[in-house]
Order: sequence, then C-alpha cells, then structure tokens
Amino acid sequence: MNIALVLDMAADGYGDRRLVGRQADGLTAGELQALSYGGASAVTAAGAAAVLYLDANGPAFPAALFAAARAGVPLVPLNYRLGSEQLRGLIARTPDAIAIADPRFHPLLREVGVPALTGQQWLAESSSVTAAPVATPEDPGVAVIIYTSGTTSEPKGVLLRHHHLCSYVLGTVEFGSASAKDAALVSVPPYHVAGVANVITNIYAGRRIVPLEQFGDREWLELVRAESITHALVVPTMLARIISRSEDIAVPSLRSLAYGGAAVPPGVIERALGAWPDVAFVGAYGLTETSSTISILGPAEHRAALASSDPAVRARLASAGLPVPQVEIEIRDDAGAVLPDGATGRIWVRGDQVSGEYAGRRAQLDARGFFDTRDEGYLDVGGYLFIRGRSDDTIIRGGENIAPAEIEDVLLQHAHIADAAVVGVPDAVWGQRLEAVVVARTGHVVSPEDVREFVRARLRHSKTPERVAVWTELPRTDTGKLIRRLVTSELLRSTGRLPS
Amino acid sequence: MRLKVGQTLRSRTDQTAVIVVRAAAEEVEVTCGGWPMVGTPDAAADRQPPADRATEGTQLGKRYVDASGAIELLCIKPGSGTLAVNDAPLTVQAPRALPSSD
Repeated sequence: MNIALVLDMAADGYGDRRLVGRQADGLTAGELQALSYGGASAVTAAGAAAVLYLDANGPAFPAALFAAARAGVPLVPLNYRLGSEQLRGLIARTPDAIAIADPRFHPLLREVGVPALTGQQWLAESSSVTAAPVATPEDPGVAVIIYTSGTTSEPKGVLLRHHHLCSYVLGTVEFGSASAKDAALVSVPPYHVAGVANVITNIYAGRRIVPLEQFGDREWLELVRAESITHALVVPTMLARIISRSEDIAVPSLRSLAYGGAAVPPGVIERALGAWPDVAFVGAYGLTETSSTISILGPAEHRAALASSDPAVRARLASAGLPVPQVEIEIRDDAGAVLPDGATGRIWVRGDQVSGEYAGRRAQLDARGFFDTRDEGYLDVGGYLFIRGRSDDTIIRGGENIAPAEIEDVLLQHAHIADAAVVGVPDAVWGQRLEAVVVARTGHVVSPEDVREFVRARLRHSKTPERVAVWTELPRTDTGKLIRRLVTSELLRSTGRLPS
Repeated sequence: MRLKVGQTLRSRTDQTAVIVVRAAAEEVEVTCGGWPMVGTPDAAADRQPPADRATEGTQLGKRYVDASGAIELLCIKPGSGTLAVNDAPLTVQAPRALPSSD
C-alpha cells in the first residue's frame, strides 16, 4: 500500500475540506491530490531518484511527500539548521535527487549539481503540469528517509517504507474521524519523524494541518487562537516555554495536546494540566525507526495520575504510557533475557510499523522481529512503560553501570537548578568518572560544592559527580534532545583536557 | 486465495476496492456482491451482476472484519456490494478510540 492512498481516500471522502494551511486559503484534499499528481509528473520528468526537502514546514511539504510517493521515490527531509559541510555529506548520500529548498541553500545545491526549486516554485510547477497523471505504484518501497538527530553518533538515514507508515496510520487512526472544524497545529520540523507522521495521520483523519514555520511561544499562542486550533503537537521544551509565560495562556479552542520527542523536565506536565484543565493531554513515545509513536499516555490516565494518592499511579504521569495496538514491547537484559515487571533493561519493540532499517545496512531486527531501541526502561505492574534514557549514555565507572538520568533527576529537584546533564569523562583510575553541568534558574546562583552535597545526600558517593560546572545553557537539538557528546567535548575543552 | 497484508482486492460487481489489513494463514474466498474479488487492477474487464441479497454496500474508510477477527479489510473505494469471506458477510469494525498523538 502506497501512502498516497491516504490522500486519495481523503479526496474521495471529503475532497472539498481544507486540510493544509489557514482556514481562509488552505489547500483542500482535492487540491492537494491534484498537486501530488502534478508533482509526481515533474519528479518523473526530471528522472529524479529522490526528492530532498530543505525548508521549514509549509504547504509544499505535504505536496512533496505525496508527489514523491506517487512517483515511487523517497522524500528526504534534511535539517536546515545543519552546517553546509554536514549538509553536503547528506546530499551526497542521495544521488540523482531534485530539491525543494529555501533560497539560501540554492547556491550549495547548484554547486553539487542538484536542481532546486523553492516551495512556492514547487507548488506552481506542480499545478501547471499538463501531462497525463502517472499511475501510482502500489508499493514502491521506501517512502521517506529521515536522518537521526545524531546526539550520540553520526546521523543515520532511517528508511521508512510505505508499508511501515501505512501500518502506523491504519493501526492508530480511524479514517475520517475528525470533524470539519478540527485543526492541528504542527510545531515540529519536517525532518522530524513526527513532522512526517502527522501529515499522514491528520489527512487520514480529515483534520486540517496548520504548520508553524518557526516555533516561538507567543507565535504559538497567537496561531492557536487565530486559527481555532483544536489539536497541537509540541516537544517538551516548547511546552515548558509556553506555560512559563507570565501573561494569559488561555487556549479556549484547544481540546488535545500531544507531546513527545524528548524527556519531559519534572513539573512541566503537572503545571500544564493545571493551566489547561479542559485539554486532553497525550504523551507519546516513539523513535524515527518505529514510524513515530509506539506508546501513548492518554488523557484519562493523565488526570487519574494527577488525582491519585497512590505513588505508583501518580508516577505514571512521567511514564510513556501503554503500547499502541499492534506493537509489542519487551524489556531485556544485556544477555537478551526478557526481564520481569519493574526491572530496568533495554527496550525492544516489534510491530508492522517498526522499520529498524538504515540506509546501506540490513534491517536491524532480531530473529523474532524485535528492534533494539537502545533506550533503557522498565514496565510497571500495569504495563506502563518508563524510559530511563539511552543505553549509549550509560556511564561505566569502575565497573558500575550508571544511568545519567538517575542523577539528572536528582539535580533537577534542586530549587535553583533549571537544567542539568551528567556525562562520563575518561579517567585513568575509574575508566570513566561522573561530571555534571548545571544551568541555574534565572536570578539564582548555584555553587558546585553545594550541588555535590545535594546529590551526595540523596544518592550514594559513587553517583555523586566529581566536578560540577555551571553553564548558561546546555546544547540541545531544536526538538529539545540533549546533545551529550557536545557536553562532554565542551567540558574537556573548557578545562584544557582536550586539544581544541 | 491466500491473502497478503497490504494487497488490494477489487470487486467485479461494483466499485468496491479493499486493502488487506489483517490476513488469515489459510486459503479463503473473499467476495463482493457474491462474486470473488480479484487482486489485479482489471476487475472491470470481468463485470458481473451482483448476486441476490449481496447489495448491502461498502463505506469508504470502514474496516470490515470476519467473525473470528482473523481477517480485516479496509474499504478504499466504496460500492454497492456486500463483502463476505467464505460466504459469511463481514461486519464493520467499531472505530478505534486512540487519542491523536501526532
């Protein structure tokens, strides 16, 4: 099944409904379908083997996604915040491509011989094609290639096939289930898996998508109010910024708020639930390799956790919820044995939406079809999934495995600490030793010795960072993921332990 | 025929087309309007009148399941025929209640 079928069904079912853009002048399902046919003809005429997308979110993105699908070539959204050297490398990995790109990238693309159009030009070209529509292939293989954010290693190109994305949408969304008044505000960039997934799921549900090109908390609030947004998707850092505003944050039209993509700082969800008592909160956990969401903490579960006096139920507010139907989760130890409830280990996942496949490599699934997320976590007695961080981040100090998340959680309980990271740095005696970087809350000063004492009082000595540095901010991706390798290298560089 | 997940089946009696979402391991006969559906795009070449009482119709985007729950078909083009597996009419699956996470 081709993801373009999602658009064809929408065009058949509610062709006149505006599905992309503003209420006043957005594209209808029928118009988007016509653009996808025109765009597919353009891709085919150019003999392109892939379509690169190097721009902020906008109507050209869904148009390009479905045009590429119909032409049977992958869409490859790239991070427009990357430096030109990194971009050059990623573009070289996509031979015979054409590009839809912000004008500032056109010189670079010209230099490497990739024909480029702006989003506007792409839409104009797609609507001017007069050639007979191409026949949409039933399953052309790879639909999208998304590069991982590379927080622990070099970015890897994750292959999401049509059948993965279709399985995801059919498994989690009911066709035409949205009302004609529904509108979803999308704040994640197109090169994030949620940016791709939400195009497909919202069009399948019949819900209008309103992209926010560049996130700002004020812009977000203004757009929610101006476009009567009913559904929104944010990453935790965005949510923290919105609810920290001192002025009115009322969003009367908002019914559902989904968040995910990174760990949530403690207290943020509690505050948001309190600020918006009528909004249904949805916590989503997933990876690029799993075609977005694999577990969900639903609206009722948020409210139940908030209201509960049972610590185990209340703790679920910080959980990733329950697996979606058609997805199975196992917690395994290093030897591969499945662990009982409550025991922390590696999170493995199986399901038709799980790709686990990278460009140039075979699918990384085990004999039973499970994919190793490389995330650490556990399931509680009710089957709720708790994430304890990346296993690649595990610090090994004198043979003891230490999850930085455990110490970071303690640091974030400190009244004067706004953000914290714990990393392992090379040590001649211990192999690795713990060092922390903290960011003070505005108007506060923190002393490294006080911070170490704070941790020592709550965790044992071996888990107390040997050094604590105070920075003004931590390096994070624009979707809020901590970039640990930059923390480590900057720590070493700033103390003269690494040649710069 | 042996169904394959992702496969498209077309009706010979009307416009109905479905995608196989869940498939049983054994051989089954999927019919629409009383005639076996076909897995090739040329269903229209062999048009047949629908059988009596096999005209309940199909609805776009609805999921049709057999009694055992082993087979699920998603309607991608609606029509006038009745979907059935081994002569037993399929029923519409109740909508999912999952909240939107994207």
